[in-house]
Amino acid sequence: MISISVQEKDFDTGEEYRELQKGNTGANTHIGGIAIFTGQVRDLPDKPLKFMRLEHYPGMTEKSLQHTAEQATERWPVIDIRIIHRIGDLTPGEQIVFVGVSSAHREAAFAACEFIMDILKTSAPFWKKEQHLNGDGDWVDAKNTDQQRAERWQDSD
Amino acid sequence: MKVLFFGSLREQLGTGELNAALPDGVETIGQLLAKLQTQGDEWKLALGTGNVLFAVNQDMVDENTAINDSDEVALFPPVTGG
Repeated sequence: MISISVQEKDFDTGEEYRELQKGNTGANTHIGGIAIFTGQVRDLPDKPLKFMRLEHYPGMTEKSLQHTAEQATERWPVIDIRIIHRIGDLTPGEQIVFVGVSSAHREAAFAACEFIMDILKTSAPFWKKEQHLNGDGDWVDAKNTDQQRAERWQDSD
Repeated sequence: MKVLFFGSLREQLGTGELNAALPDGVETIGQLLAKLQTQGDEWKLALGTGNVLFAVNQDMVDENTAINDSDEVALFPPVTGG
């Protein structure tokens, strides 16, 4: 089963892990491994952050994440997928994103988790703006390396 | 039609949403992008970067995608979530 949430509030990684372990589909005895990635706001040594503002496109964001998760279930034998992405103003050290995947074997769980993060980075409609302690505000530029990581998955079928 | 702007584009244009009839002669989202740039200098500056992504009815599409008056269209800079 796929679970998607776009929310302002923080998430509890332990709670999310336990949900995956339970197995929403009732298939918990078939789970052999769970891969989890969490991302958090990183401070910038040269230009300290007051907070990072996360903007998104309501409606499209959920649709895009759902589509990415479905693509993952088509490529790998995964059991459950949980994706949480936060929006709003987040200070350094705060969690931004959670991706958790359960599967019978680790290969599928690792691969699907990495795939979801790579595709999310280049296709889910979120935009970050850095609000610095000195009052400046800078929109974050998309990185070529993120684009390259997402494109890797196109030729690896 | 509804046209939405996000991120730095929304901020540069000073608006997040336009509601207007589909202009004459505009059949694709790429043509709409070109048409919007004729609205003034700030539009040309914000939208003429060659670095604008498109969505029609909340799906990412390329510039040759046909649009019509009932569509929800969005223009935005490359995404930076995660």
